[in-house]
Amino acid sequence: MKLLTHNMLACTIKGVQNGFPLKIEAEEVVEREADFDPDFLRHIFPKLEWAAFLEGARALGCAEGLPDAVPEGALEEEAFLRAFHHALLEVHLEEGALVCPETGRRFIVSKGIPNMLLNEDEV
Amino acid sequence: MGKGERPEHTAPPEIFYNEDEARKYTTNSRMISIQASLTARALELLALPPGGPPRLLLDIGCGSGLSGEALTEAGHAWVGLDISPAMLDVAVDREVEGDVLLSDMGQGVPLRAGAFDGAISISAVQWLCNADRSSHDPRRRLRRFFQTLYACLARGARAVLQVYPENAAQAEMMVGAAMKVGFSGGLVVDYPHSTRAKKYFLVLMVGTGGAAPAGREGDPDADEEGGGPGAGPSTVAVAGRERRGKRRGGPGGGGGGGGKDRAWVLKKKEKQRRKGNEVKPDSKYTARKRRRLI
Repeated sequence: MKLLTHNMLACTIKGVQNGFPLKIEAEEVVEREADFDPDFLRHIFPKLEWAAFLEGARALGCAEGLPDAVPEGALEEEAFLRAFHHALLEVHLEEGALVCPETGRRFIVSKGIPNMLLNEDEV
Repeated sequence: MGKGERPEHTAPPEIFYNEDEARKYTTNSRMISIQASLTARALELLALPPGGPPRLLLDIGCGSGLSGEALTEAGHAWVGLDISPAMLDVAVDREVEGDVLLSDMGQGVPLRAGAFDGAISISAVQWLCNADRSSHDPRRRLRRFFQTLYACLARGARAVLQVYPENAAQAEMMVGAAMKVGFSGGLVVDYPHSTRAKKYFLVLMVGTGGAAPAGREGDPDADEEGGGPGAGPSTVAVAGRERRGKRRGGPGGGGGGGGKDRAWVLKKKEKQRRKGNEVKPDSKYTARKRRRLI
């Protein structure tokens, strides 16, 4: 699972008010090369929750070169875009868990697939 | 599965799509080509503006990632979700570009609000119309699915869901559930006169008005033509039933139409708006009396 997907995932257990962002517990992290596309990065950037992305990048150990707050114009800089691209699309959480910030419910990630199935009492 | 039997009637999706079934989706070239053409048509109905940056799309019921591959080829990033672990294992083995999640759409799509530029689904949503456990209520699951789907789409985005409704009531149930949560759009039927090539697409829009596009007409391909030349007598014309007897007076009479004043018209228009239909804005001309012509 990429950080891009992590940034979109939220916990939907019944009654949960704020199930985002899910905390990452990483056991195994792998890197796979992906095509570098600045247009896509610029398109996706406004949709991202930067704080959650940064937290995720730290949990996966790939936060290098990513500032706490993105200055204006950074999206035109090659160095920033490369670091952003690497953390967003190339680093994958292979084994581990995602933890709901409100209920503490753990969603297991196995073979890169998060198991988001809920029990019947959680629907 | 016997011929003509619906998979929904045999077992729940997470059991029906086991390793054997999953393998078919990678080895059976007919299944692959059907999936590819359905995805191409869904992308067409998604009507993303041409020439834009790559979009982030959602694939509901992504299975082994066949539809996702078509999305990758079109240059888009995607996230898929499916309830069958066997199918997702195949997707991972095939090293698809998008991420896949193990999730039950009837429990709601586990995604944050406003994140996606569009959603497609190939032959998946009709599974929601079946109750596989005593705790399942199809209407509730459909509502939950459409609510969360609506929320996770960006404003102006579309969702194109290809479905195999079992009958008219089921199609109506799906469309109704979608309209109730605020989607506009409707059901698009491709090749309505062909039994085999007939396909249903639920085209749903977020935040924008407008009717669903027209379905494809005519014959899907030349050799499938029904009775060949001279098929005249075998075609059946179906005309709308005409109402008789209840017509109220002439244009001058106006008798009986007493209740249809401005308030009544506004109420009717409001009801249609809530259903998601396109309705002309209210103005000072709304329900104004016409001058008498003669």
